[in-house]
Amino acid sequence: MLLAPDEPRQQANRIEKRSRMKKRQTRWILPCTFALALTACASAQRSTGTSPGPEGRELERLEALFQARADSVTSNVSEADVEFMTGMISHHAQALVMSGLAPTHGASPQMRILTSRIINAQTDEIAFMQAWLRDRQRHVPEVEVDGLTLTIDGGPAPRMHGMLSDAQMQELAAARGVEWDRVFLTYMIQHHEGAVTMVSDLFATDGAANDDIAFKMASDIQVDQRTEIRRMKRMLEEIAGRPEGPSPQDRHPSP
Amino acid sequence: MSDRSLSPTMLKLIRRLGPLALAAGVLVVSACSSSSGSFGAPPSPDPRIGLGAGLFDAEEAIWNLAWVSQSPPPESFVGSTNSDLAFLGDYAIQGNYNGVMFWDISDPARPTIAVEFVCPASQSDVSVYGNLLFVSGEGTSGRLDCGSEGVAEAVSHDRLRGIRIFDITDVQNPEYIANVQTCRGSHTHTVLKHPSDDDNVYIYVSGSSSVRPAEELEGCIAAGDDPSSALFRIEVIRVPLDSPEDAAIVSSPRIFQGLVEPESHGQAPGDIRMVEEARARGDFVSGVGEEARVMSRRFTQPQLLRIMRERGGTGSPTAADSAQLHEELPTLVEQLRGTPDDDVDPDAPRPGPTQCHDITVFPEIGLAAGACGGYGLLLDIRDPENPVRIDAVADANFSYWHSATFNNDGSKVLFTDEWGGGGGPKCRIDDPREWGADAIFTIENSSMVFHEYYKLSAPQTSVENCVAHNGSLIPIPGRDIMIQGWYQGGISLFDWTDPKNPHEIAFHDRGPVNAETQRPGGSWSVYWYNGVIVNSEISRGLDIFELTPSAHMSQNEIDAAKSVHLDYLNAQGQPLFVWPSSFALAGAYVDQLERSGALSENRIAMVRGALDDADGGSRSGLNDLASEVARWAGSSNDSAKVRMLADAVRDLAG
Repeated sequence: MLLAPDEPRQQANRIEKRSRMKKRQTRWILPCTFALALTACASAQRSTGTSPGPEGRELERLEALFQARADSVTSNVSEADVEFMTGMISHHAQALVMSGLAPTHGASPQMRILTSRIINAQTDEIAFMQAWLRDRQRHVPEVEVDGLTLTIDGGPAPRMHGMLSDAQMQELAAARGVEWDRVFLTYMIQHHEGAVTMVSDLFATDGAANDDIAFKMASDIQVDQRTEIRRMKRMLEEIAGRPEGPSPQDRHPSP
Repeated sequence: MSDRSLSPTMLKLIRRLGPLALAAGVLVVSACSSSSGSFGAPPSPDPRIGLGAGLFDAEEAIWNLAWVSQSPPPESFVGSTNSDLAFLGDYAIQGNYNGVMFWDISDPARPTIAVEFVCPASQSDVSVYGNLLFVSGEGTSGRLDCGSEGVAEAVSHDRLRGIRIFDITDVQNPEYIANVQTCRGSHTHTVLKHPSDDDNVYIYVSGSSSVRPAEELEGCIAAGDDPSSALFRIEVIRVPLDSPEDAAIVSSPRIFQGLVEPESHGQAPGDIRMVEEARARGDFVSGVGEEARVMSRRFTQPQLLRIMRERGGTGSPTAADSAQLHEELPTLVEQLRGTPDDDVDPDAPRPGPTQCHDITVFPEIGLAAGACGGYGLLLDIRDPENPVRIDAVADANFSYWHSATFNNDGSKVLFTDEWGGGGGPKCRIDDPREWGADAIFTIENSSMVFHEYYKLSAPQTSVENCVAHNGSLIPIPGRDIMIQGWYQGGISLFDWTDPKNPHEIAFHDRGPVNAETQRPGGSWSVYWYNGVIVNSEISRGLDIFELTPSAHMSQNEIDAAKSVHLDYLNAQGQPLFVWPSSFALAGAYVDQLERSGALSENRIAMVRGALDDADGGSRSGLNDLASEVARWAGSSNDSAKVRMLADAVRDLAG
């Protein structure tokens, strides 16, 4: 799995091409016939002629203002925010390595839901933080995951708060079944608590998180991970006294 | 057709293609506007897929709704996030991370800006009551003096995190009269007007961000194990209406204390189907009802081999061995589960989640629904200062309980899951439909019973943030209809009258703000207010739509919805809809009974004829008609609706 900084852009380019193609089709249909247009309307209206609003010139002016303000936000950057985003990318990436073990390590269905969602959520957040850095013309860490090995920009990942040591990661990789669930929950709680600490440290820094997007990102990470910590503590309690239990078939395959 | 009804996209096309396109364009528009018949099936292929990007000129798809107007943000708010909406009289009040704006929507086709009030704070969640406006501040850059320079210091007495209170007696000149500072700021808030207390309103504050240092606000304690911690609670502010400047926190209820519910609720219909199919195949299923689980081969195969060996057999297990395993299964599962761990003290204090994201109060029924981190709560709010938890649900598919909406008779509640916090693209084709969705519950003897999920069906791109967000009921009598915002997934109108079969009946969607990278945008919240649907678009401004008749909704139903008038609306302070007597109301019930087939064609025709005769003519026969209709109730498969029709007809008789 390679999360190169420019991957979202490539993906987006494909989407862009498709929508341009659609636009071309629309243009071609427009001068066509009344009958075609009526058919289109009968199912749902699409794209043209029905949305009232100000004229194009006024909207172009507002769009230019929108762009200028976006540029002004991205040129006014707090170093604490940059450090936070950069560090959190590594932090999140380790969660991907940990969660990626679930399907091959006998995780319970409930754990498969949890780990699938962690992978989905944190992959998106990594892309979001990479885009945040890219927009501000800062270095964008390149994340590479190969089995248990996590590399950031071709070197070892920096150890942020709560991240697992090599020994802890080996312990997780060696566990199976309910034991894997237990070790995973124990270490992911530690890992998440580290993220909560990183956010608290950010908010305690002068000048930090004044950028609305950075504030929202950091707050969302804190609140999501606090919620998930509670959920994991409950799951840990539930399996604490249970021997190797039945393994119902996976009802929620990972996306 | 005036120029105003041409979209920017259209204008660009006209400029490029010249008069030929203009002629064709006129035909397209007139064709669409005249073809307002009923089209039952959802459009296929879904026109929301592949819409072209743009800030103000994105491609759009619309079904069973009509545009009334779209208004870009005023200059002070361009490029800053539009957030939630409140309504007062002719005004739609739109929060923005840069302040608050008042739109005069007395002519919804031409909204005008009445007030642009710059006073930065995220998220600027807004509510109104009487002559008061309340605004939430959570972000660390909000200032007491409404300045735009932010707050550089981590500890500062210039910072506002909490509730700002404005006197808007003179709407043109809002007067900033008070603040109530809170430890975690106010992400959202809810105004509670108790039906029997006309002297005060209450504000439930939900703060989800970091606790402020005690040096900044006295008494704020972040440590979770401190009994005075600012976590694990909500704040209740009392606002005396004759002296709102004296508003203050009166209680900090710990409504989460002792929450022990596991991460589950009843199974979804899909899960139940899967178990039934497994049983039909002869697969091994443990447990019954809600507890039923399909057993994995990893478990059953070794057990079958053991049973075979115990009878001295070799090779493959036989049908008799399977029968034996079916018999032993309950005992085996019991053994495997074991007994609970003695180390876990079941009586140990459990502080529960640290916060709510949002609370919806429904004062007329004395209940509130709290969307609180990992839980959905049902609260008794008859004593506004001391809300009491009466039920809680959790769900392994729900990441983050975000907001709630009751149906009008309080027999159902719908919760949303804002998976990923609203910044993530959670409606891609491979994102599970149970994640980032709505969950529908019935309320039975004060307990919430799960039925089904509802999620926007149209897959969105990876550059469109999309997840369940804010919406409101539409007062269609006799049905539970809701309009909801899904960020860049657009808005979706759906029917959840049958809690097991929520389905979409109208939508609007734009393409992404930017085709290459995710930019903020989409519907923050969309609410019905006095006949129109008002959408707060994060980057594009204020959209207003109206319902159009279709196979899913008749003109009578729309007219009956429009007959409900509100003086103000805070969507999280849910009003009880009461329909005035009207021919549209009776007609709406007739249309529904015809649609469901609960009355025969003859009876439908008879009622319609009688109502038509009475509308504008003599109403003398309506009492007899009402009695006749009431007699049909017993033989109809929807007797409740037939009685509602009888009552509506009797009310018309006067």
